[in-house]
Amino acid sequence: MVKTRLATGDMADLSFFNTGSLYLTLNPAKNFVDLSAEPYMSKVIDSFKAVASVGGKVYAAPAGSIMGGGWYYNKAIYAKLGLKVPKTWSELSANLAKIKAANITPIIASYKDSWTSQLIILADYYNVQVKNPKFADDYTAHKATYANTPAALAGFERLADVFKKGYINKDASSTTFDMALKMMVDGKGAHYPMLTFATATMAGDSAANNGLTIWMPAGISIYKGSKNIDAAKKFLAFFESPEGHAIQMAALKPDGPYAVKGITLPKDLFPSTMDMLPYIESGKTAPALEFLSPIKGPNLPQICVQTGLGLKSPLENAKEYDKDVEKQAKQLGLAGW
Amino acid sequence: MNVNVSYAKSYSYWFLLPAALIYGLFFLVPTLASFYFSLTRWTLTESYFTGLDNFIMFFSESSLNIGLVNTVIYAVLTAGLKVVVGFLLAVMLTSELRTKHLLRSIIFFPTLISTIAVGITFSNLFHPTMGAINNLLLQVGIEGPDWLGDVKLALLSVALVDVWKGVGIALVIFIAGILAIPQHYYEALAIDGGNAWHKFSNLTVPLARPALNSVILLAFIGGLRSFDLVWTMTGGGPGFTTDLVASIIYKQYQGGFYGLATAGNVILVILVSALAFPLFRFLSKAEVDL
Repeated sequence: MVKTRLATGDMADLSFFNTGSLYLTLNPAKNFVDLSAEPYMSKVIDSFKAVASVGGKVYAAPAGSIMGGGWYYNKAIYAKLGLKVPKTWSELSANLAKIKAANITPIIASYKDSWTSQLIILADYYNVQVKNPKFADDYTAHKATYANTPAALAGFERLADVFKKGYINKDASSTTFDMALKMMVDGKGAHYPMLTFATATMAGDSAANNGLTIWMPAGISIYKGSKNIDAAKKFLAFFESPEGHAIQMAALKPDGPYAVKGITLPKDLFPSTMDMLPYIESGKTAPALEFLSPIKGPNLPQICVQTGLGLKSPLENAKEYDKDVEKQAKQLGLAGW
Repeated sequence: MNVNVSYAKSYSYWFLLPAALIYGLFFLVPTLASFYFSLTRWTLTESYFTGLDNFIMFFSESSLNIGLVNTVIYAVLTAGLKVVVGFLLAVMLTSELRTKHLLRSIIFFPTLISTIAVGITFSNLFHPTMGAINNLLLQVGIEGPDWLGDVKLALLSVALVDVWKGVGIALVIFIAGILAIPQHYYEALAIDGGNAWHKFSNLTVPLARPALNSVILLAFIGGLRSFDLVWTMTGGGPGFTTDLVASIIYKQYQGGFYGLATAGNVILVILVSALAFPLFRFLSKAEVDL
């Protein structure tokens, strides 16, 4: 929709859109106003600017809070079975086995909404990055692929593994995101891999290497063809100010920190938000791969469902995803593909 | 006598111009343009010629070519069931049945509902643990399958809903075709001592042939181009198992791959023509005159 409206010159003054790889497909330098010199930009954190910039110029202002990707866990079930919050994949696996033995569904999967199936792989990116610090660049340059990078392939393997061991709910392919949230609240499942939380995992292979994969908030951009650029700039300046954030927080309790410095978060945060803060304060975070590389294959949701339902082997799926990525890169006209 | 030719052509060809312009501008030009853009990498504002790359990609990538197979299966299945079920219902509802008018309305009714509404309703009815269908089956002691979640069953389930929704149209055309058969053929058959099966196989089927042919062709082409029901019920999933060519094209547009999506449309046009024209030729040969 946004792409079509931009291409036909029929765009609203402000556009609200993902940052990172998806944002680049909008061709920001051509379509949006350069916001680098706006006064509030000095307070915006660098990792946000990195995902909203082209050629060193920032084209979007942050809107919303930083999200973490991980696994929600049901504290009541953990308490009942006497489980500890896992720090590594093997600890998590041990927990899953115990939960299954107690006749509780260990993991809720909601593959009817196929985008939800990607979380196990995407949230695992921190671990990929710890083992292969150059993965994002090599991957963009077509030097590394999912199929030939063991750390990256591990995400597919884990996704297949939880199906093979019978850890996911039986009706996974008919369960939607909303149903999954309800199951989680009703205690019908012990875990739900999702955005914004932190705790139970980021299950690195060793506890010392624990970190959090984070998702940057969406960004607001001003359309270059707009007649109200000045008014839009004033709106954004207010939106990013402490007063603007106070209004946002009053309307919706933040589920993560903001990408703007000097904003005081309220005391009564969600437990999952509290769990996230130490990772962010200690710098043990990595932006999800989609923020670091302009290529994210559009079929990842469907390929993850294939993996998560055991329709094809992890390696076959990783190869299929690599081809999907190749298609995206060719269509974007990237060098080296 | 010398026949005045200009009398026969009393209207000037210029009268064709408005229609020809509209047809050319909104049909011919876009069609030809799409053939060109299917050979490019296209961002809507700029295009780069890439030769047959898009077509090669469409046939070589499993997430794209799975749709070709699924589309043909889906079209054959839905068209076949609509024809068989629709025709049998039409024979039944043109007989002396008392409630036939009520039944005709009931069978036609699903045609009037929006496809999206049908899709949403059935994806809820089909839910394996919370859906009404499996709960009913459970009452009689059967554990129902995961209609839309089982990869072997999902396409079939969608096809069944398509038949439920579309059989009403086939029924109406069949009823019209059967009622157009002159009654005296049946009288002659009765005098010769023909039974109900003779009536059906020797009179109704061959003489309702034009109606049958229209329904076969319409249902088949409709099946090949099908999109909305699959999209609302499964979104092409689980994985890619119920993806049709049309839903794949839609996803390529979503991804911003306009050239690739256009190539998909060209393939769909060729697929429909390559299957529909021979079918049409074959069917019209089989027609008999009343």
